Amino acid sequence: MADLSALLAPQDEASARSHGLKPNEYQIVLDRLGRPPNLVEMGIFSVMWSEHCSYKSTRRHLGKFPTKGPRVIQGPGENAGVVDIGDGQACIFKMESHNHPSYIEPRQGAGTGVGGILRDVFTMGARPVALVNALRFGDPSHPKTRSLVAGVVSGIGGYGNCVGVPTVAGETQFHKGYNGNILVNAMAVGLADQNKIFYSRGAEPGNAIFYVGSKTGRDGIHGATMASAEFSEGDEEKRPTVQVGDPFTEKLLIEACLELMATDWIQSIQDMGAAGLTSSSVEIADKGGVGVEMDMDKVPQRETGMTAYEIMLSESQERMLMVLKPGREADAKKIFDKWDLDAEVIGYTTDTGRLVLKQQGIVVCDIPVPPLSQDAPNYDRPWNAPKPAPALDISKYPEPADYGEVLLKLMSSPDMASKRWIWEQYDRHVMGDTIDSSQSGGDAAIVRIHGANKALAICSDCNPHYVAADPYEGGKQAVAEAYRNLSAVGATPIAITDNLNFGNPEKPDTMGVIVKAIEGMAEACRVLEFPVVSGNVSLYNETDGVGIPPTPVVGGIGLIEDLSRTATLRGLKEGDAMLLIGDTRGHLGASLYTREALGLDGSAAGAPPQVDLAVEKHHAARVRRFIGMYGVKSVHDLSEGGLAAAAAEMALASNIGVRLIAPPQELSKAGWAFGEDQARYLVVVPQDRREIGGNDFADLLAGRPADDFPCIKVGEVGGDSVRIEGVLDVPLSTLRAAYEGWLPRYMKGAS
Amino acid sequence: MKSAVIVFPGSNCDRDAQTALRQVTGAEPAMVWHKEGALPNKLDLIVLPGGFSYGDYLRSGAMAAASPIGDAIRAHAARGGYVLAICNGFQVATELGLLPGALLRNASLNFTCRPQPLAIATNSSAFTAGYKEQREVSFPIAHHDGNYFADAATLDRLEGEGRVAFRYIGNPNGSARDIAGVLSENGRVLGLMPHPERAMAGQEGGNDGVKLFESLMAAA
Amino acid sequence: MKATVHVSLKVGVLDPQGKAVGDALGRLGFDEVGAVRCGKTIELELKDGLSKADAERRVKEMCEKLLANTVVERYSIDIG
Repeated sequence: MADLSALLAPQDEASARSHGLKPNEYQIVLDRLGRPPNLVEMGIFSVMWSEHCSYKSTRRHLGKFPTKGPRVIQGPGENAGVVDIGDGQACIFKMESHNHPSYIEPRQGAGTGVGGILRDVFTMGARPVALVNALRFGDPSHPKTRSLVAGVVSGIGGYGNCVGVPTVAGETQFHKGYNGNILVNAMAVGLADQNKIFYSRGAEPGNAIFYVGSKTGRDGIHGATMASAEFSEGDEEKRPTVQVGDPFTEKLLIEACLELMATDWIQSIQDMGAAGLTSSSVEIADKGGVGVEMDMDKVPQRETGMTAYEIMLSESQERMLMVLKPGREADAKKIFDKWDLDAEVIGYTTDTGRLVLKQQGIVVCDIPVPPLSQDAPNYDRPWNAPKPAPALDISKYPEPADYGEVLLKLMSSPDMASKRWIWEQYDRHVMGDTIDSSQSGGDAAIVRIHGANKALAICSDCNPHYVAADPYEGGKQAVAEAYRNLSAVGATPIAITDNLNFGNPEKPDTMGVIVKAIEGMAEACRVLEFPVVSGNVSLYNETDGVGIPPTPVVGGIGLIEDLSRTATLRGLKEGDAMLLIGDTRGHLGASLYTREALGLDGSAAGAPPQVDLAVEKHHAARVRRFIGMYGVKSVHDLSEGGLAAAAAEMALASNIGVRLIAPPQELSKAGWAFGEDQARYLVVVPQDRREIGGNDFADLLAGRPADDFPCIKVGEVGGDSVRIEGVLDVPLSTLRAAYEGWLPRYMKGAS
Repeated sequence: MKSAVIVFPGSNCDRDAQTALRQVTGAEPAMVWHKEGALPNKLDLIVLPGGFSYGDYLRSGAMAAASPIGDAIRAHAARGGYVLAICNGFQVATELGLLPGALLRNASLNFTCRPQPLAIATNSSAFTAGYKEQREVSFPIAHHDGNYFADAATLDRLEGEGRVAFRYIGNPNGSARDIAGVLSENGRVLGLMPHPERAMAGQEGGNDGVKLFESLMAAA
Repeated sequence: MKATVHVSLKVGVLDPQGKAVGDALGRLGFDEVGAVRCGKTIELELKDGLSKADAERRVKEMCEKLLANTVVERYSIDIG
């Protein structure tokens, strides 16, 4: 039996500090309790007020995001966001980071990240239908990078493949800024009927609290506080706090919960994520305006001698907490028995508004619930407005001798090269509704809504180089890029989830980047009518005082109402015409070209392209109309690497060459081929097409764009090379070898 | 055609098999939970679906083969009933002793998911007759333990008796003699690692799987 | 009483995992390593009062029925 005396001892300011609570925060605890907290209470306050659970550094800024819209059913604040996709159905989705655990133990860290985000989605009643992941690793030459890539990929695959949810899209980038802090952001997307959505709110007093799933062990204690602290050299010692995932149990939990949710027996439900039993029980109590009384001895335990402190802070995986309607305990138990899952009544809701815990019959915690959430610190951290990088003066740099070599270098660069080695380890087809995945190299994955002629489009985007160079413009761009990627497959963009990864918010310069990036994203969301419905913040991504490049990742969701009206970047045929939508000014600042061809990094690489949101909206609407009303099948948005990279990707995907025209007079070769001006798309149509999207196609072919719509013919499909007249001509086979070769060679240890 | 899909804890292609059967047969297959000791009467076809039964713990397919429903599956096969064992179902079928050999870890050691070209090694089975003159198909693969192993004598016998149903074109996992799918002695049990039920038209996997189910329809 | 079962692939069955481990050890400079075979160990807590012979018989049955696939795997049993 556990010795409880240590649990009951009053805790002082020093204990508060070791729990990550600042003196002023400890003072609030004293005020609210009228006495010092005991150890259990201290642990509970510390995790509830951690950065991870309370968003104390960003809460006031997150409020700037638009979170409402005609399709929004549930915005931020619940386990995941919920949007209306018509026909009484809803899409439920969220992205979340598992950065710190994945660095310490990549396989388990990444796997449990996938497990956690899946639970956020099925807790709300949705069957998960797709997974996406956004990964950032350190420089490929860093000694740890290769094993981190291998571990993270096997962790994501091992978990997602086993639970049977397809991993359909993702992005992977490398930069030395992530050497000590990799980013593993996982997004889950689910489907539910709108009348079958479950919330943590809704608990009424006097009902049984059910604990379901894996037994509780000592794993992951203080994961939430770990996610809110910096690393320093030697922190591999933090290893014991990493949890181990069991995707098999998760699969059973999904099926059992969905079976139970088909009834109307649940009042309130919450998964046990970061801060486990603490955050889930407090959430249910707080949202329902009730108290909670739980008996720690009834919690299923995997180890002996666990104290209430350990039980409440454990982050053992694959566990759920739910409040059932009166008299339904036995019925629910039957379902969990069928699936061989532990399910125990561990307490009751009360009308006291207090969180009361007992162990061995002794009260080991008795605190009012509201302060845990409502009094959580909400800081206005001092911040310095970031200075955007100055515009790049490209004339200072010599012109490359061979632009073909430049294209090969870009296409084989770690950020751009094919990630086949990664996505071939993910089951992309289970559930039978994957219409388009990473396999096609497309802008967004397309996942059919089971049994319907509709689909979701899903993407994830962020260009940290843009954000670093100009946080406001970079923030705007991340949202605009997602909007563009969804539009490029023919989907109407609906909403986003965000995963804001930054360094230490207590540094005014870093905080300034956070503030401006959020403001830029918020502006884009507002203009594009693309609200934020869920998200996650990961701060303190720093090692030895150096923060990661600012990385606010955007996970976008769009709706395709008619599956016969979609586009991919494949399908090019000999003789097809290639149309370029959008103005090309040859912007090279902060581009892939400046990084890879000129070797510039940071502010030396210049300012990122400006994003004109009204133009983005206008061009995206046209592209969607091309696809939706005029049957255009091949579209690709232009992003990193510009026109040449986009054309090369389309050529590789269709296995046929392309011939593009020479740069217009006012543009440099590099600007034409590799410029990263925004709001641009390549659209491929049959040459004999007379009319497209309300524009006379003959006019477009003749180079006479409509006044308000820049769209010119820039080339034709044909041959077996990627050619830009007077600039470069690279055989497709050489290009493919470069594009496909880098990652497998690197993972073998050969480069 | 009366069919059933066996659902083990951790199966995750059970719904895919159900959807494919519904699409081709127009009838609803029975979904049978592994704890049930008996199967519906007069079944023509059992599908052992893909997935990770029991998390692939211990050995892929081993614990599912020890399920209460195991004996009923063996009895169905012994009676001459059709069994389609896909991916994890193939692993279960070898563990049940319905098919010879075993599925080992992929030679690459990695889970591999890709469109896989296959040669149709026999057009005379109940599962492949519908392909007629067609020589090749593409089905998606998605597995970690798909490396088919049997001793040389067994392999010779399988080949000699025309019991190799599909061979990989470009061996993705190290399988002996490029074997992707094998038939039982009576030709009524097919185990294969690739997923025909993921190639039912309209998906990324293509539409080559439809004829396999249509062949079965015609045979049963 | 405790029984320990060791399961590994039979000689003659390719063990890619063992090969990968061997290659990695070679890269780390452990040149003395020849062939490597990977297997697994399963520890079983048995009820007290069982005779050693009975325990061996039962565990052998477990191996044949579930713990090993004798098509490709061999096993050994330690009791005590």
